[in-house]
Amino acid sequence: MNAPMISRRTFTAGMGAIVVAFSLDPGTAVAQQARAKLPGSLDKNRMLDAWIRIDRDGSATVFTGKVELGQGIVTALAQIAAEELDLPLARVHMISGDTARTPNEGVTSGSQSIEYGGTALRLAAAEVRSILIAAAAQKLAAAPDTLKVADGTISAADGRKVTYGEIAGAIDLKREASGKVAPKPASTHTIVGTPVRRLDIPNKVTGGAAYVQDMRPAGMLHGRVVRPPRYASTLIDVDQPSVKGMPGVVAVVRDGSFLGVVAEREEQAIAARAALIKSAKWTLGPALPDPDKIYDYLLSLPAEAKVVSEKPAAEPAAPGADHKVIEATYRRPYMAHASIGPSCALAQVDGGKLTVWTHSQGVFPLRGNLAVGLGMKDDDVRCVHVEGSGCYGHNGADDVALDAALLARAVPGRPVKVQWMRDDEFGWEPFGSAMVMRAKATLGGGRIVDWNYEVFSNTHSMRPSEPGGVNLLAAWSLADSKKPAAPRSIPQPAGGGDRNAVPLYDFPSQRVVNHLITAMPLRVSALRTLGAYANVFALESFLDELALAANADPVAFRLAHLRDPRGRAVIEAVAKKAGWQADQRGGDGKGRGIGFAKYKNLSTYVAVIADVEVDRASGVVRVPRAVAAVDAGQIINPNGLMNQIEGGIIQSTSWTLKEQVRFTPDGITSRDWESYPILTMPEVPHVEVELIDRPTERSLGAGEAAQGPTVAAIANAFAHATGRRLRDLPLGPARVKAALG
Amino acid sequence: MSISLKVNGTTHSVPAEPDTPLLYVLRNDLALNGAKFGCGLAQCGACTVLVDGQPVRSCVTPAGTLGSSEITTIEGLGTIAQPHPLQKAFMDEQAAQCGYCIAGMMMTAKSLLDSNPHPSEAQVRDALSANLCRCGTHNRIVRAVLRAANSNGRT
Repeated sequence: MNAPMISRRTFTAGMGAIVVAFSLDPGTAVAQQARAKLPGSLDKNRMLDAWIRIDRDGSATVFTGKVELGQGIVTALAQIAAEELDLPLARVHMISGDTARTPNEGVTSGSQSIEYGGTALRLAAAEVRSILIAAAAQKLAAAPDTLKVADGTISAADGRKVTYGEIAGAIDLKREASGKVAPKPASTHTIVGTPVRRLDIPNKVTGGAAYVQDMRPAGMLHGRVVRPPRYASTLIDVDQPSVKGMPGVVAVVRDGSFLGVVAEREEQAIAARAALIKSAKWTLGPALPDPDKIYDYLLSLPAEAKVVSEKPAAEPAAPGADHKVIEATYRRPYMAHASIGPSCALAQVDGGKLTVWTHSQGVFPLRGNLAVGLGMKDDDVRCVHVEGSGCYGHNGADDVALDAALLARAVPGRPVKVQWMRDDEFGWEPFGSAMVMRAKATLGGGRIVDWNYEVFSNTHSMRPSEPGGVNLLAAWSLADSKKPAAPRSIPQPAGGGDRNAVPLYDFPSQRVVNHLITAMPLRVSALRTLGAYANVFALESFLDELALAANADPVAFRLAHLRDPRGRAVIEAVAKKAGWQADQRGGDGKGRGIGFAKYKNLSTYVAVIADVEVDRASGVVRVPRAVAAVDAGQIINPNGLMNQIEGGIIQSTSWTLKEQVRFTPDGITSRDWESYPILTMPEVPHVEVELIDRPTERSLGAGEAAQGPTVAAIANAFAHATGRRLRDLPLGPARVKAALG
Repeated sequence: MSISLKVNGTTHSVPAEPDTPLLYVLRNDLALNGAKFGCGLAQCGACTVLVDGQPVRSCVTPAGTLGSSEITTIEGLGTIAQPHPLQKAFMDEQAAQCGYCIAGMMMTAKSLLDSNPHPSEAQVRDALSANLCRCGTHNRIVRAVLRAANSNGRT
């Protein structure tokens, strides 16, 4: 974890370690050879010393390109490294997400850190341990397989010992990982699989420096930016001199239509921003679509259609007398990340070099975009991750980094911290796309015999990691403006808008089509789960509709169509834990429902059963209780996994009951917590989670696994409670009252 | 201009205009990290501190209006080495994800426990109803507050 402090030391990679000049690239000699593929992130970061250094005091410094977003990942990765190195957790020091120091692991997203970063660290650490043992064997003149390792000390059978610190100078980690040293068997783990405490929490509950917002290096100035009324507005005129004369104002920065201010004190920057807002004259630019017709509008836009799954029937069923075709269309609105803390960055330009402290999910892609946006070389830009408020995907983190850099460029040598105001965050963050899902199925003999599904959505990734453009807000309005990348869909099997659109169930014939709507009337990018939340909502709602038509119990109906044993196990486990009864009657405003998914069809299995209570008079839907069963493979930290699942269920409940970005043709009108309400403490469900540990299975990410099953469980419970099916999200009071008439 | 403030038992003089929101004085002049900027609109609770024991939204409270009031921030409760029972309970329950809301939650909870040392779960939820959390850590936060209440009872 990177402490949010600046000192000269942070600019040098020294740290008193044995290996000072560490290698992030395997170098030309090995680059010429045909290279075997290595597991996880090791494949693109092949040098051992890029991951691990053994320090003279016998501790290890571990480098990870994955970053802490509040999901506990740095603690989990430290557990993996400590386990394989046979070091206590306290002697493993984590450095994460720094373009000058750590491996490039792309973006911390998609619940992939344990799978890719964890795999790399596990293998690298196992190999470093074997190198340490070999060095100890030489020093102790003993056979390596007679040595024992505990707490960073290697002992021979006769009792002689050597510590990691004593042989640190004798080993050379500047070598390519072989990936061939077997990690420990899970049965011998003492740190992995245990609920160790998060490394970041003590500071967070005592007011310690924990966030980029908490950085305040000497000489720091405060910056704020001014955004226009609409996406494509341009700045006509602004009274810069009078704002420049306001108390504390150091610089008013205008570059094309980018406008910002730098001041000595934060409240002075905020006051100057307000004055700039008052004075600035903008062209309005194109109006936004009519929010009441947004889905029809999106469907009218050009789209690229792709069949992502097709399974023709082996024997097309002749339409039998009992065959029934059922169709339904589901919709989800634009949704916001709505981080509690607005995005923030600290930037400093010194001697032509830029350093940015950022809570971006991807410091390397951000560096690339910053360099292009600012007309600099990659090598002259350093991005260092420091935690921010939780982001839940691509929020304003990257954008504010460019804002800070642009303002810092106006005051060379002085660090400038920029935090967006609340209305900046809501108005300008990239939302999760609105989506339409059309499902059509044929029932025959009480089973689904044919399945058709089409999903229509904007892209779910306009991150800086997308090739061919600069995906940073301010870059689009500079005098020397840059264009964003062209939207594209993340291919299956992970998928983007079509994430989890392909059913895991075994239907005899199916066809799934993804429609990527290429025009983006509202700014969009990656929101936690991408399309999975909406697709699991649609797919699992439709399954319940079909079960009802087939007069079948929803749990039994799912099991009848699902062979995957781990999927069946979580459904059976949640049904047992929640006390599911096949013949339980709903109605009177109370009901329960189930939802299930294997995230991305590649990752963690979650089944959720939710109870709902519907107040017919007010239209308010409550979720008093949600029960989940989870299989994330081998569990690294059960407490951390539980925290992610609980959080996912609660956040999804908030999305499902309340959330929708409001806009008019004039612009985004969700600008604060009153115009974008989220679930509050008394409204939060009680959550019970059963973890199914599978120590011999691959560890899977869980940060996004519960959201899809949760929305489906709530929607199905609503139908069970009221006898009415709602296919539009959110399940807010006005919609509920209209449905219940 | 300068104003005088009593924070965590110490009186400070800071070079700020009287209408400066308390939040910026705490964070920037006194280098106290606990209170966070969340909305600047008194809607989210991330900036909550205690003024004479009462929870206030420091983002909309002018620093110059506080006179000799006792201002308490999370830093005034305890340290990692010697945590306040609430801080210990939040660590024991691992009651944070991103943690950005947590100091505000804890200060609101402190005020509740000071006036009602043994609240029910419903009373805790009600007291924290205007403090927003986005990560979904709510139930752990409630458990931590109840745990702190129980530990108070034992001492």
